[in-house]
Amino acid sequence: MPDTLLFAMEATLNGLTAGVMYALVALGFVLIFKASGIFNFAQGVMALFAALTLVGFQSGQIPFSHLINAIFGTRLHHFGWNMPTLLAIPATVAVMILLAILIERFVLKHLINQEPIILFMATIGLAYLLEGVGDIMWGAEVKALDVGLPKGMSDTVDELTFNWFGYGFFIDRLELWAAGIAAVLVASLTIFSQYTKQGRALRAVADDHQAALSVGISLRFIWVLTWSIAGIVALVAGIMWGSKSGVQFSLSLIALKALPVLILGGFTSIPGAIIGGLIIGVGEKLFDFFMQPIIGGATENWFAYMLALVFLLFRPQGLFGERIIERV
Amino acid sequence: MTMTRLAATLAATMIAAGPALADTLHFPNLSYRTGPFAAGGIPFADGYADYFTLINERDGGIGGVPIRYTECETAYNTERGVECYQSIRGDSPLVIQPLSTGITYQLIPRTMEDGVPMHTMGYGRTSAVNGEVFNWTFNYPANYWDGASVIINYLLDENDGALEDKKIVLLYHNSAYGREPIPTLTRLSERLGFELLTIGVDSPGQEQGSQWLQIRRERPDYVVMWGWGVMNPTAIQEAANIRFPMENFIGVWWSGSQQDVLPVGEGAHGYKALAMHGTGTDYPIYEDLMNYVIEPGLYAGTGDEVGTVLYSRGMYAAMLAVEAAKTAQEIHGVANITPAMMRDGMANLEITEELMVELGLPNFGPAFSVACENHGGSGAAMIQQWDANAGEWNLITDWISPDRELIMEMVMEDSLAFAAENDMTPSCMN
Repeated sequence: MPDTLLFAMEATLNGLTAGVMYALVALGFVLIFKASGIFNFAQGVMALFAALTLVGFQSGQIPFSHLINAIFGTRLHHFGWNMPTLLAIPATVAVMILLAILIERFVLKHLINQEPIILFMATIGLAYLLEGVGDIMWGAEVKALDVGLPKGMSDTVDELTFNWFGYGFFIDRLELWAAGIAAVLVASLTIFSQYTKQGRALRAVADDHQAALSVGISLRFIWVLTWSIAGIVALVAGIMWGSKSGVQFSLSLIALKALPVLILGGFTSIPGAIIGGLIIGVGEKLFDFFMQPIIGGATENWFAYMLALVFLLFRPQGLFGERIIERV
Repeated sequence: MTMTRLAATLAATMIAAGPALADTLHFPNLSYRTGPFAAGGIPFADGYADYFTLINERDGGIGGVPIRYTECETAYNTERGVECYQSIRGDSPLVIQPLSTGITYQLIPRTMEDGVPMHTMGYGRTSAVNGEVFNWTFNYPANYWDGASVIINYLLDENDGALEDKKIVLLYHNSAYGREPIPTLTRLSERLGFELLTIGVDSPGQEQGSQWLQIRRERPDYVVMWGWGVMNPTAIQEAANIRFPMENFIGVWWSGSQQDVLPVGEGAHGYKALAMHGTGTDYPIYEDLMNYVIEPGLYAGTGDEVGTVLYSRGMYAAMLAVEAAKTAQEIHGVANITPAMMRDGMANLEITEELMVELGLPNFGPAFSVACENHGGSGAAMIQQWDANAGEWNLITDWISPDRELIMEMVMEDSLAFAAENDMTPSCMN
């Protein structure tokens, strides 16, 4: 088999796993947009906040210690113990649920019946607030995140492909795990929305707010539920991306990777987020592989947006989004 | 009536505050404690601030005049950096530390016009070495082209003086900063016969899958990195993932801090980087820092980053600023110096090993002297290697000099082109 074809196959495989990482971020956006029509600008910062909180719990860091020290002249930093990961994750989930309650109580509740652009702007404010709170609460230094997920080259894939093609493919084990976790996440979300009372209520609100309210579904409860689930998805994305390159404030920028995915997959479709992620992942890797010798590297960021732009021209609602029909 | 009283009170306050501000030496810092690059900006800013605090607390300022240290937050954003400069330019800033190559490029013409000196230590526009063109910009003790040349000289040493059959990849941050070493490495590859492959990474650099697949395919002998922020740990992690020999992976001094290796854990063991100064707390100055700054609780940050690479860099930059201010006071015979006088101090700065010992920083930085023809110092740097088990950087070489002949040739080309573009006649100011 020609080398170019083998390398292209390897790039495709890596594109698929990278795409899953993008889809993990995009999922959080979809959940909130689907249930409330809000484009949550703060989703990337939520991933950062969740990851910071997880590392903070794991390392036994005292929240707001810098602030406490500055006010009271103390030198508190750590509780002196480390929390096991299996305990730290549920504790972080609890924090994300509390965050959802606070967002509903102090932001969303006051913006019922407002234009979507107002809600969008509120999430911009929320993003800055959350970033600042995360900084004051846990500090801005880079933190290593280890939840026990394997990292590095998969020997199994390497050996298998070497036996088949005479060339071992590289796949990061962390990204393989991310693919598995994403599959479990999507399956769980599907089961939840199809077979549970709350899930059906969530779908009802997503379909028609007024009709859902008329049958006694609490909009405020659904919003808390949606933002809680989005918070948990943000935690998963934060764990996967944080395990890759540490938890630092640039983690919030992973949201930029989700936007083209959403444009492709549609803002209201969970499978769309996955498929969109895979298309972007494979597309950017193959584009870089073939075009790098001609135009140089560093194409990944702009290529995703260019692909999304082309999609917008032909299918503005995305691959799986609801078709926009406006009657005049 | 109320308004008149308010105006009178305000005027009285300003008059009362006036002499207090005038009797200080203003050292501003365009810092970034927020945003995606905050993890690198904070320790630098803390080191910079803590050294000035030490000078105020221990020595009562410079030449008896207290230091007034201010910070303006740029978030490593060029536009915000320019806004910061505009807000402080009228407040007699003695030296501007832009801490960003993008901001530096924007501020070079502005500082020239305003007569405000700027120090871009190990970053910024490399050809600012030529003080005949860039009268107000200083980039001692080393610049990017020096760094690239030092790495190649180190590799020459490692390979018995020959790199003909070697393939070297430059993995760079796709920005003005990251592209700086390309001309030097290109010339060196032509001269020394090694194959150079340049691979860009878009900012911030969290996703480098394609780049490292390409590196794996190309099988280079060495990878040189010009990264910043999250690009660094991501690249080191990816290198570990593809099992690239870590001892053949060398970063510039902005890719060689604790922030870059700690998130990777064991995988970063053996990674190398340039060091333009020493690190760790094994220097006498830390005793004074402990007594006058840390123990009394006057430190700028959390206190736990003291002695780390970027904290040391901030402290070193402040030390060079203080020494330049002392030189300016000596030259002009006044304690309360102006930005123009500070420029003279910077242009005549001489750092000797004796002085470094006196300051409590023996062999911490290279000995160098500044002149109109050379605003860039010696350009020497050391190589440090990360020991993941001990969790520390170890210096593995002595000072390595760059190929200054080649670099000065390139400096002249670039700086004279700048002078021609801007209709300037190169000349020394003193």
